[in-house]
Amino acid sequence: MNIVVLLKQTPDTESVIRIAPDGQSIVTQDLKWIINPYDEFAVEAALRLKEKHGGTVTIVSWGPQRVVESIRTALAMGADKGVLLDDDTLDGGDSLGVARALAAVVQALQPDIVLCGSRAVDYDLAQRGPMVAELLGWPHLGLAVSLDSDGSSVTIERPIEGGKVTMHASLPALVTMGGSHAVWNPRYASLPGIMKAKKKPLEMKKLGDYGLSAEECGAPAAKIRMVSLEMPPERKPGRIIDDGLDTEGKAAALVKALHEEAKVI
Amino acid sequence: MADCVVSVAEFRAGNFRRVSFEVASEARKVADALNVPLYGIAVGAGVGDKAKELGWYGVDKVFVADDPALEHYVPELYVPVIASIIERWNPAAVLLPASVDGKDLSARLAARLQTGLAQDCIQVVCDGGAVKAKRPIFAGKCLAWCEWAQGALPMISCRPNVMDCKDADATRQADVEKVAVDLPEARSKVLGVELDTTGKVELTEAEIIVSGGRGMKAAENFVILEQLAKELGAAVGASRAAVDAGWRPHSDQVGQTGKVVNPNLYIAVGISGAIQHLAGMGSSKYIVAVNKDPEAPIFTKADYGIVEDLFKFIPAFTEEVRKLKSTC
Ligand SMILES: Cc1cc2nc3c(=O)[nH]c(=O)nc-3n(C[C@H](O)[C@H](O)[C@H](O)COP(=O)(O)OP(=O)(O)OC[C@H]3O[C@@H](n4cnc5c(N)ncnc54)[C@H](O)[C@@H]3O)c2cc1C
Ligand SMILES: Nc1ncnc2c1ncn2[C@@H]1O[C@H](COP(=O)(O)O)[C@@H](O)[C@H]1O
Repeated sequence: MNIVVLLKQTPDTESVIRIAPDGQSIVTQDLKWIINPYDEFAVEAALRLKEKHGGTVTIVSWGPQRVVESIRTALAMGADKGVLLDDDTLDGGDSLGVARALAAVVQALQPDIVLCGSRAVDYDLAQRGPMVAELLGWPHLGLAVSLDSDGSSVTIERPIEGGKVTMHASLPALVTMGGSHAVWNPRYASLPGIMKAKKKPLEMKKLGDYGLSAEECGAPAAKIRMVSLEMPPERKPGRIIDDGLDTEGKAAALVKALHEEAKVI
Repeated sequence: MADCVVSVAEFRAGNFRRVSFEVASEARKVADALNVPLYGIAVGAGVGDKAKELGWYGVDKVFVADDPALEHYVPELYVPVIASIIERWNPAAVLLPASVDGKDLSARLAARLQTGLAQDCIQVVCDGGAVKAKRPIFAGKCLAWCEWAQGALPMISCRPNVMDCKDADATRQADVEKVAVDLPEARSKVLGVELDTTGKVELTEAEIIVSGGRGMKAAENFVILEQLAKELGAAVGASRAAVDAGWRPHSDQVGQTGKVVNPNLYIAVGISGAIQHLAGMGSSKYIVAVNKDPEAPIFTKADYGIVEDLFKFIPAFTEEVRKLKSTC
């Protein structure tokens, strides 16, 4: 099975987010970078598919050179090769522009299945997966918390509000990953894995390699952009309910505060 | 010139989901600001008579795609059906629910319509005829205003539970037009749907959430939070530590890699307040923290803090809530 994982590098979830002086972007200087957690789930799911059906797992990413480290991590987990679209003419592209570029890379690889995150934990755009599928004219199944394939089709379960849906698609198809660490339990890169990863192929590509240009994918094509950022309103300092009260006293005082001051119960 | 605003509704198991009315109410405001009619789109099986309900929330005309094949959300079917209705018009904006299905649909629909989507928005404004939308990024650690390029159709999915919902005006009539459904060949389908019938409140739609963390110590101890939640009509959430320990299902996880919630009241019990957790619940209207460690970071975000052993405090608190509920 020829499997592609779309992988995005995101700031570590520990990161404190600060707005840059331009008011439109965030300060990236001191950020630590990680594989988007949902994409790590996708790598795990891809490796499990490969274990069952054989084949190759290709990691595809758009981003700057720092992304090499994340791709190497995925290779160390067990993926076979990587493609990094490092092309700054894509800067300023919106979700659809980037999806066009990713779709072109996918098309060139002719996979049976594409796995990606349901959202990246940076801008929480939650768009690229379904967009890539639409551009390819493929079905997509979203927010998988389980994934099974017989080699010619794929079945997933997806949680919806108050329930669970089982969906099925024939291949080729795209699946976006939901769930959490507890569901996918992504493996760690082993030491031998890390050594091997250094020798695995990682191709650097430009938009032009796919017959695309900034006009179709970059800033000139963007239909939407972030014009200004703001911090969420600061929470007013709260108070500790104590006043020398015993447990029952504090419980009563809290109920009173929630009922009479906050009026939420 | 734009000739309408469009709001897309979500129909499931015979009813519109509430977020549909929130979206219609918000879209009505945009339509009023731009002085154009509001068109609704309702897709599903058996929408029929229900379509008029959208009128109660400000929709002027509802386009209904009613077909047994559309009973469940299948992106390959829903997207072309909805796109073909939108393409009949030149809308100033399309608003949709940022529900689970709604977000998935919105993304694919935006690609189909070749436009820009602002996902999971919390505010929409019309600024001199231009539509702008505000959305949380980094799970709410920061907020971003989005604008559309000249001539691009603004697509906006609206976070549930955030936008004001009009009061239903059952005297308000909407025209209803059934559209002929032309279904494409699809390679995907729904095999089954299991709906929870226990009356469990969905976290992202809950008014009150009681969440437990590692301090709960074991799965069976969550029963004290369940009891409290029952008294409050609340949903039960969890930190990643509690989910990773296998005490709670992953769907209960609140935070940057779980659900982002915005209830009126969030009660964090035995949760330290890691940045990834705070990101997911920091926009709650009121936050209560119960933790035995006075230094726990959660207290810096809490409106009311209780420094106590949770196993002593929660039963006492539940009892006080019970007393309150029996008097009013
Ligand atoms: C990539 C990534 C993504 C993550 N995503 C999320 C996410 O989505 N959601 C999330 O929650 N976390 C997430 N985390 C994990 C996060 O960093 C914390 O590890 C986690 O939130 C800690 O959970 P906790 O507060 O329950 O546990 P702890 O930090 O261990 O806190 C337990 C608290 O319970 C208190 N306590 C113990 N016993 C009692 C008692 N008897 N009475 C009262 N208080 C008591 C302790 O004082 C302590 O403050 C993520 C981490 C990473 C790396
Ligand atoms: N720059 C990128 N390179 C590769 N994949 C990406 C990129 N951006 C987004 N994706 C994929 O699309 C998913 C959703 O991302 P987003 O739409 O940004 O929330 C991610 O989890 C990735 O799988």
